Amino acid sequence: MGVAAVAKTPRRGGAMVRGLAIRAGLGIGSLWLLIVLLVLWELVGQASDSLFFPPISEVADRFVEMWITSNPSDAFLSELFWSEAMTSLSRFAQGWAAAVVVGIVCGVLLGSSQVLNRMYSPSVRFFAAIPNTMLLPIAVQIFGVGDNMNVFLIFLGSVWVVMINTCDGVAGVDPMWISSARSLRMSTPARYRLVILPAASPQIFAGLRVSLGIALILMVISEMYATTAGLGHQIIVAQSGFRYLDMWSAFVLIGLIGIVLNLLFGLVEKRLLRWQQGVTKGE
Amino acid sequence: MVDEVRKVYGRGARAVEVLSSTSLTLRANEFVSIVGPSGCGKSTLLMMMAGLLPPTGGRVMIGNKEVSGPPAGLSVVFQDYSRSLFPWMSVRRNLLAALVVARLPKAEADLRVEKALEAVGLEGRGAMYPWQMSGGMQQRVAIARALVTEPSVMLMDEPFAAVDAQTRADLEDLVLRVRHDYDVTVALVTHDIDEAVYMGDRVVVLAAGPGRVIGDLAVELPRPRDQVETKREPRFAELRAEVFSMVMRPGARTVHAS
Repeated sequence: MGVAAVAKTPRRGGAMVRGLAIRAGLGIGSLWLLIVLLVLWELVGQASDSLFFPPISEVADRFVEMWITSNPSDAFLSELFWSEAMTSLSRFAQGWAAAVVVGIVCGVLLGSSQVLNRMYSPSVRFFAAIPNTMLLPIAVQIFGVGDNMNVFLIFLGSVWVVMINTCDGVAGVDPMWISSARSLRMSTPARYRLVILPAASPQIFAGLRVSLGIALILMVISEMYATTAGLGHQIIVAQSGFRYLDMWSAFVLIGLIGIVLNLLFGLVEKRLLRWQQGVTKGE
Repeated sequence: MVDEVRKVYGRGARAVEVLSSTSLTLRANEFVSIVGPSGCGKSTLLMMMAGLLPPTGGRVMIGNKEVSGPPAGLSVVFQDYSRSLFPWMSVRRNLLAALVVARLPKAEADLRVEKALEAVGLEGRGAMYPWQMSGGMQQRVAIARALVTEPSVMLMDEPFAAVDAQTRADLEDLVLRVRHDYDVTVALVTHDIDEAVYMGDRVVVLAAGPGRVIGDLAVELPRPRDQVETKREPRFAELRAEVFSMVMRPGARTVHAS
């Protein structure tokens, strides 16, 4: 479910630009399938007596029980949320932030220099092509079972797509803009800050968005494989203890976290790439 | 000053000489139009003067100094405003980007930006983005960005090729006006003969294959120029015909002014 939600948000983000009426219409238009599926789940769940497949209303009750409190000082979120979800999110934040910084810096270097590009691009593309989860045993081998392993895996899985997109974006900047910057006699740092990075930003953001999804997946997977805390760990523990309601409830939380992160990302992206929308519309 | 400058693209058997040995001198505060058919290397010549393209032979000098990169005190207005203005910056920030290298105090930079915007008739439009503007307005922003550094030389590469006729006439007169406000020497590359004669103190005619200077005419039409009156003068028609015949029949070599 987490994955499906991740894939859906960009389309809904785009609809937000238009008027309220259209937005409401589109909201129903794009949510109808979700609603139908949830109703179906409820009906099937009530009809069957499989322990594994509880109706969605029970999952919702358990969700509230597990993750929500009436305590405003905890922002209405339960102790379990603060311990488990925050463990996961802090690993995610560290790994992804490192991937963003390293990916953009290395990508700019690769995109700016033909020599560096020739030297490193094949290796980068090799690492990018490796299925990320394959690195899990290696990460555990190096870091043992602990936060560093998760952070490292999230970093290693999401850094490549950022790097490649940044590299391609920087290498593809319109030479006219660079000529302009040169004729304005900008220093090299100013040229990168004011011209090259903004010009490449649409592609950099495309890479960041993909990497965000990868980082979320790796967060959960790495926690399922070997840890003692976190949402992925919760799912595995619940599943092996036959507490299927807890398991589903963790699923839903991960899905919601994915949606919220993507929405936040979309807001930042829209703010920073406003000019690009304007340019496309103007033409 | 351009001294025996030539440009060859490619090497060996596939080398193409776009510009053969060419010399040209701009005098202070002069307006020189460079006109020629497409492929005569007029834009190449301008890019070498701007320090954006190294010449294959010869040298470009400003005063006693040889140009090796974009020199101080020289601005360029490119043909394609949509690809030379930065769409991620507001108009004001586009202009400020030209002042980054000068490291002016903020107040003075703001003052210069206001002055340049006023000179091109865009006062109060600093907060707009280039893509919110018409083509003519965008090119005025590009002209303002060239002027904001208060250059002594402004090079213009077919700056009005992408706008309609009415806007083009307005922009021509605008450039003639700001040229005095800013005391700037202008070299304008164009393929439009009327425009070259109408605007220039001198018209330099290039021929193609390989590019070379085949004419250098003084335009002694009175200033200020006027779109209707100037173009009605018999001398305008004569000069226009003369340039036209040179562009059409590059064999005949005429040199009036040196």
